[in-house]
Amino acid sequence: MIINHPLLGPRDAQEFTYLGDASLIDRPDWQAEDAQQQFYEYTYLRENPAGEHRELWFHEAGDRSWLVVTRNTLTHEISNVEMASDVARARGRSK
Amino acid sequence: MTYTNRADGSQINQPAASGVRAQSSGGSGKSQVNRLRGGQIDPQQTLSFSFDGKKYQGHPGDTLASALLANNVRLMGRSFKYHRPRGVLTSGSAEPNALVELRTGARQEPNTRATTAELFDGLVAKSQNRSPSLKYDFMAINDRFSNFLTAGFYYKTFMWPKAFWEKLYEPIIRKAAGLGSLSFEDDPDEYDKGFLHCDLLIVGGGPSGLAAALTAGRAGARVILADEDFMFGGRLNGETFDIGDQIGREWVAAAVAELHAMPNVRCMSRTTINGAFDHGIYSAVERVSDHLPVPPEGKPRQILWRIYTKRTLLCAGAIERPIAFENNDRPGIMLASAMRDYANRWAVTAAQKVAVFTNNDDGHRTAVDLIAKGVKVAAVIDTRTDAPRIADCELLAGAQVIDTAGRLGLNFVKVRLADGTDRNIECGALGVSGGWNPNVHLSSHQRGRPVWNDQIAAFVPGPDGPPGLTAAGAANGDFSTAAALKTGSAQAAAALSDLGMKASTIDLPETEDAQPNQTPFWYVKYGKGRAWIDQQNDVTVKDVKLAHQENYRSVEHLKRYTTLGMATDQGKTSNMGGLAIMAELTGQSIPETGTTIFRPPYSPVPMGTWGGRARGKHFHPTRETPSHKWAVENGATFVEVGNWLRAQWFTKPGETHWRESVDREVRAVRESVGVCDVTTLGKIDVQGTDAAQFLNKVYANAFAKLAVGKTRYGLMLREDGVAMDDGTTARLSEHHFVMTTTTANAVNVYRHMEFVRQCLFPDMDVQLISTTEAWAQYAVAGPNSRKLLQKIVDPEFDISNEGFEFMACREITVCGGLRARLFRISFSGEMAFELAVPTRYGDALMRRLMEEGKEFDVVAYGTEALGVMRIEKGHAAGNELNGTINALNLGMGRMVSKKKDSIGSTMSEREGMNLPDALNMVGFKPVNSADKVTAGGHLMTKGSPVDAAHDQGYVTSACYSPILNSSIGLGFLKDGANRMGEIVSLVSPLTDLNVDVEVVNPQFVDPEGVRVRA
Repeated sequence: MIINHPLLGPRDAQEFTYLGDASLIDRPDWQAEDAQQQFYEYTYLRENPAGEHRELWFHEAGDRSWLVVTRNTLTHEISNVEMASDVARARGRSK
Repeated sequence: MTYTNRADGSQINQPAASGVRAQSSGGSGKSQVNRLRGGQIDPQQTLSFSFDGKKYQGHPGDTLASALLANNVRLMGRSFKYHRPRGVLTSGSAEPNALVELRTGARQEPNTRATTAELFDGLVAKSQNRSPSLKYDFMAINDRFSNFLTAGFYYKTFMWPKAFWEKLYEPIIRKAAGLGSLSFEDDPDEYDKGFLHCDLLIVGGGPSGLAAALTAGRAGARVILADEDFMFGGRLNGETFDIGDQIGREWVAAAVAELHAMPNVRCMSRTTINGAFDHGIYSAVERVSDHLPVPPEGKPRQILWRIYTKRTLLCAGAIERPIAFENNDRPGIMLASAMRDYANRWAVTAAQKVAVFTNNDDGHRTAVDLIAKGVKVAAVIDTRTDAPRIADCELLAGAQVIDTAGRLGLNFVKVRLADGTDRNIECGALGVSGGWNPNVHLSSHQRGRPVWNDQIAAFVPGPDGPPGLTAAGAANGDFSTAAALKTGSAQAAAALSDLGMKASTIDLPETEDAQPNQTPFWYVKYGKGRAWIDQQNDVTVKDVKLAHQENYRSVEHLKRYTTLGMATDQGKTSNMGGLAIMAELTGQSIPETGTTIFRPPYSPVPMGTWGGRARGKHFHPTRETPSHKWAVENGATFVEVGNWLRAQWFTKPGETHWRESVDREVRAVRESVGVCDVTTLGKIDVQGTDAAQFLNKVYANAFAKLAVGKTRYGLMLREDGVAMDDGTTARLSEHHFVMTTTTANAVNVYRHMEFVRQCLFPDMDVQLISTTEAWAQYAVAGPNSRKLLQKIVDPEFDISNEGFEFMACREITVCGGLRARLFRISFSGEMAFELAVPTRYGDALMRRLMEEGKEFDVVAYGTEALGVMRIEKGHAAGNELNGTINALNLGMGRMVSKKKDSIGSTMSEREGMNLPDALNMVGFKPVNSADKVTAGGHLMTKGSPVDAAHDQGYVTSACYSPILNSSIGLGFLKDGANRMGEIVSLVSPLTDLNVDVEVVNPQFVDPEGVRVRA
């Protein structure tokens, strides 16, 4: 596969390591009332879609960016690649 | 013909002078009785080779198969299951039968196809899967029992008694299975991997591929043209067509010469495109040196290419399909196109008298071409009652071949004539044509399904093939030469236009433009004997019927049940026939029945090619520390940790057992001082105004308040609360920390920290970088460690106990100005320091420490002594952090701060991780001092049954402690913290281990921590 890195252009997927569902960005608030339940779901529950999937890839043999890659699990077509830090900020993460 | 090897490994083919009768040329003499005139061989040069020990001669341009046929050798192999005598079916890579062992010694290679092996002088080939000889094969007895050995035989037969499988059936089947044999010697050749990029990859260098390459090449596109053959031209090499005013092969030579002259075109002969992968990535195997006795100096035998292309044009041609009839597998029976190839390209006929069996006009061309070469064609047998008369020989219209005879080679065929009478026709070879199948393979590598084209009664590439791939020529069902040239050029232009490049199609010369007239005819229904579909795996029409009868009707089931198409040829000549017969039996159409899934590789790839250079010690990189050379000089035995080589112990003269070395090293450290290379520990530099806050997130314990100049032990958890790694982190300044990780986890920890930084806290002002390889680091441990260091630490730095207490850290200089970092941390439990210097000074520092330490009898110690001392001190390490253990289990439950959020802190509070009888890390000592504590053993309450239900825990680390003169261990025991002094059973039912051990404080040595603070 080829991943079109937002900063570096097309790179072979061999340069990356895969983590999984990009929902890992949405780490719950530890002080929430139901923090235990939220963390349980965050840690263990994943969608397993046959189709578009947003997932985290780490450019380990490159610039060490975490990327959010939108990939179709049926065709391997990659429709979007974003910097994970941009996605995290857009989802309200900061410090 | 001459071959010109170019720098890029490809070659230009130049036509040989034609009209020379090979028999008359010197050397080849009478031996090549089946050699004709003409062809693309060089009859002026003679090559000697041997097959099964017998010497033969051939010519440059020959394959092993063509040369054997020239020498009247039709029998080339034995089939897999029934050991039936077999000859060539094809003239190329689709060959199921003629598999041989090539070369001798370490270069011996089994299961190579005689039809693609290029002849060279001195080639040694052997037949395989026969004993004692190809002509007399004991295992041919299987053929007599064929009524029993039908599809599903193994499944049905070797079921009972159950115990027989391992001891009797499997060894017998293993012995009978397989084809060729291995040399069991190391492969002396080298294999490479390479990467190529292009705009257009053209798969196949026949008329469509050449037309496409000319079109794209002239337009300036970056083009790769690959063909598995050693000559470009594809079917034009085996045909007699003219193109314009040139004969076919002259047109090919001109096209290839033009392409070679283009710097933007790379022509790769002997290169098979083996797989289509995601996003325009294709794999290719280039056989660089297989046509030579040994690879030239510095050249690999083969190269595995990874080709990145924007567009791909599949010009892989078509493969002729056979017709199944009784005893259709005798040596001499081959595809009609192969018979034509051998005659036209290699100037060879398999016999002096041949016949042709066809259901379409194409088969007649074989008769025409062989007659033109002076071979006697006994008859053309055409299944069609209205068959046209094309060749100047007897035509039997509406007739079918119903049986054949000849034990080791064809003698005659039995024909059922249109009027129902039978007639025997004497011939030594039979060309069979059942039409053509487009070679759709690559177009289906990503699960795209080929679609049925009724006009040609065959599958063509479907619309859901790999994105960017289109097909042209015969691969797309456009069978005539004119159509191949036209579609090749047009599709190349279309592909470039898709990329925004302008290309104009080439001028199309006039050439053969026969309309395809394929009507399906899969097998002859007369006859009760076996009609072969898959000749390599011995699958017959009957087997397909049996599979149907037993309800294995889906093509995927048919394939697995009968093994149809599962041999090394992947059913290139057989899959279609099998599924057509299944379609007939089920009453479904062929497209409804469908094909099995096509998977890479297209043709077999040697294991060495997959491995490339990554073999032996190059299987993975080897990392050596800066003082590796010193360690080698001083008797180190190394152990691999990750990719690192770490000294395990240092053998002194006179020491004969590793324990002697390790015990000596441990005692020396505890009594005086030792030095250990700890460079391999992961080091991560953490800087930024939010660095402390960041460490608070990744470590379970608090770091924000760590004072500058201090070091702290840190425990890192996974989000689920399980311990991930541990280490020490030093605060060199307000916004600058240096973290250490375990050697094995360095990469994972860094990746995790970048995840936390970028994905969870993107606005923290913190930067991370791995500095593992930037610093050489040495532990200096033992009561005399300070005295030793004081000799090299520059005098302005106070490292006394008062000036540099336990857990202190500081940036200092040593040896007169060399910058260094000093940490007062201890893994051994002794007073100890770790000293880091820039990597390039590691070797010098090690030598200096050992020199300065002589007065203290300093030792170098390895990972074994390090391990013994950390067990003695009760420090957890990789054995304990086994992926199931949490902070509570390690006795660090209270370290997990509840005042802050850190990775794993919330999940650590789960009930299941805080049970009253949770595992606690404790120490163990044998009750009987002669007994051993054994890592991996499980713990049982004394007197309880020994089973999983009563399991109380397990031992993770064990060693012999030379300080305590006893075997000791660490491990996890339920509620262990409250069971000190209890005697428990340490058991291993696998090894009959059952000893009594006492539960003790894991800190065997200096539990009060007096020594580390000395």
